[in-house]
Amino acid sequence: MTDAVIRAEGLGKKYLIGHQVERERYRSLRDVIGRNVTAFTRSARDVIAGRQLVVGDEIEEFWALKDVNFEIKRGEVVGIIGRNGAGKSTLLKILSRITEPSAGRVEIKGRVASLLEVGTGFHPELTGRENIYLNGAILGMTRAEIRRKFDEIVAFAEIEKFLDTPVKRYSSGMYVRLAFAVAAHLEPEILIIDEVLAVGDAEFQKKCLGKMQDVAGHGRTVLFVSHNMGAVDALCSSAMLLEKGAQPKELSDSVRATISHYLSSQRSSEGSASEWSNPGREIDHPVLQPLYFAVVDLDGKAVTAPARNDEQLHIVVRFDVRQNDPALNIGIAIFSGRSEELLWSLSSDADETSRVQLQKGKQELYCALPKRFLNEGTYRIELMASLHCREWIARPGHNSPIIFFEIRGGLSDSPYWMNARPGILAPNWSWTRSPVGQS
Amino acid sequence: MKHVLAHAAIASRPLTGEGAGTADAPQAHDRTIVLEAGRAERNYWSDLWHYRELFAILAWRDVAVRYKQTVIGVAWALIRPFLTMVVFTVVFGKLAGLPSDGQAPYPVMVFAGLLPWFLFSSALADASGSLIGNANLISKVYFPRLVVPAASVIVALVDFMINLAMLALIMAYYRFVPGWQIVFLPGFVLLAMVGSLGPALWITALNVKYRDFRYVIPFIVQFGLYISPVGFSSSVVPEQWRLLYNLNPLVGVIDGFRWCLLGGQSPLYMPGFLASLGVVAFFLWFGIRYFRRTERTFADMM
Repeated sequence: MTDAVIRAEGLGKKYLIGHQVERERYRSLRDVIGRNVTAFTRSARDVIAGRQLVVGDEIEEFWALKDVNFEIKRGEVVGIIGRNGAGKSTLLKILSRITEPSAGRVEIKGRVASLLEVGTGFHPELTGRENIYLNGAILGMTRAEIRRKFDEIVAFAEIEKFLDTPVKRYSSGMYVRLAFAVAAHLEPEILIIDEVLAVGDAEFQKKCLGKMQDVAGHGRTVLFVSHNMGAVDALCSSAMLLEKGAQPKELSDSVRATISHYLSSQRSSEGSASEWSNPGREIDHPVLQPLYFAVVDLDGKAVTAPARNDEQLHIVVRFDVRQNDPALNIGIAIFSGRSEELLWSLSSDADETSRVQLQKGKQELYCALPKRFLNEGTYRIELMASLHCREWIARPGHNSPIIFFEIRGGLSDSPYWMNARPGILAPNWSWTRSPVGQS
Repeated sequence: MKHVLAHAAIASRPLTGEGAGTADAPQAHDRTIVLEAGRAERNYWSDLWHYRELFAILAWRDVAVRYKQTVIGVAWALIRPFLTMVVFTVVFGKLAGLPSDGQAPYPVMVFAGLLPWFLFSSALADASGSLIGNANLISKVYFPRLVVPAASVIVALVDFMINLAMLALIMAYYRFVPGWQIVFLPGFVLLAMVGSLGPALWITALNVKYRDFRYVIPFIVQFGLYISPVGFSSSVVPEQWRLLYNLNPLVGVIDGFRWCLLGGQSPLYMPGFLASLGVVAFFLWFGIRYFRRTERTFADMM
């Protein structure tokens, strides 16, 4: 007998989606009537046959998940990674029995609890105490279990004082903490987590991760969906990649290998472009329109090949300020190849007197990347633009233009160090020597 | 925030925390669940029993929040049937001059019919909207979906209890003493609830797919009030039509209530009652069957 707690064979999930056919602006009444009659007869047919209603002129089958096979053993922490729309959430929904597969089968041993969204079923009118019982029951705990862990949950959430206040009066932080605390005290054999950890303050996140490791440490299985490759790498004992609802062929179980496969595929599909130019109205803000964004060498040409660590690189941003605004702020965020955010640099970092002035009109900003600073690897730069403390114009992770560059070689002048170094950075610092103890 | 997360994770890499041994080990009786396309749930009813605590707590939640943030609170449960009783007594008893059952005062007779009517109609309305009302739960967590409409029927039962106390007061006012038949009352209460659950299951499942049914319920409730013997006694229906009239399951339920509460002043018309029972049973069977057939696709349709 194997120790597999989840075994999936040929798993698939199909959805029907409707499309509206592109319509001419002016149409005759006859067209409208004709179309509505067609739509109505189809709806009527569907209702009689007990089928789902789909709005649209054309219906297409869409496989959110197709022919997925895997086996997960007891005590494993499995990271599930993939781009948005790759089928990760669909897979979790099937495993947590919210929806049924359209093809294939899964065998699951033991109780499954999912944190697809913390605070599911919280009722705003009920007090914290009442919601603990309610939410616990919804997540599958028995009353006795909740009573036993009640104090622990309250302490974990740090809401002792507000236990008898309706949760609609809670701050959002308290609400999330309470919700997560209940979920964290579930003791299922299989725990499914869908990036709920991105909430709360740093202190609380640490607590959550500790809890998750606790769960894994007790021989329970954890499925962890995340876009944070750092967390997946650190927490998971194996990883699974989904691409457009399917698994890429022949991928080893190693977390590192899977992550790097994912990242390289992401790069190739996003284009490993080292320059970006505004294709039109992509970011079109009344105050600012970015036009061009690139990593360039000393000649001002975009860097396409890997650059050496000791080569001087600049980041250039060309943009059009349409309206003077003292709060306008431009910067960059640099991410490592594993999507860890490394640093921000802002045009407003300098002292007010020496800072670059962003006046109305077209202009370029240059930022010199320090030489001998970054380790070997691929880096992602996202453009940031905001009206300070008011609103984002380009926000990393949301709508920012993205460019990539790669560092290879030049880490050290010593012949012993030709390759990547451990650690995130690879600066070349100076060492000096002075003799001691010689009289 | 994410970088913080990553570093915290790296810092505490060892997977075995200190708390080893404090938490329960995985339970020995691991059940194996097989999920497959179109596969019927084998242990459906035992699963349902397994979730009885969720049922209780959802029912409790619905009761607890029902009159939150209202000014007169539970008084709403009293005002509605009381005013209806007054109007029906005036319209049917006084203006139309319809006869009561035996010696029973007209208001008492009306109220004895209003009890099951309100129980039935509010259970039907609540349960029919229950799946849509709990869409956030259904699309996020697994549990047997039957729990949701069943729990919402309980809310109607709480209002019913309040109304029953009110009936006792009205009876005391008219110095009317019910007979031994009252011991059968719980049976008829159950019948009213089961009678509403059947159609409600069907409609709430349809409601998930086709939101048209949201508009059907208020109509059924309004219509039902007039085609059921609420404001009048079913004895006013001509003899040859009574069996047909009893195909409305509520006729059987209301007649049953009157028989219980009015102590034999309102004799039970047996063939009709059995017909009503049959209709109730059919709807329950049909409702559950339809619900079970569609429940696994609810989350996709929400």
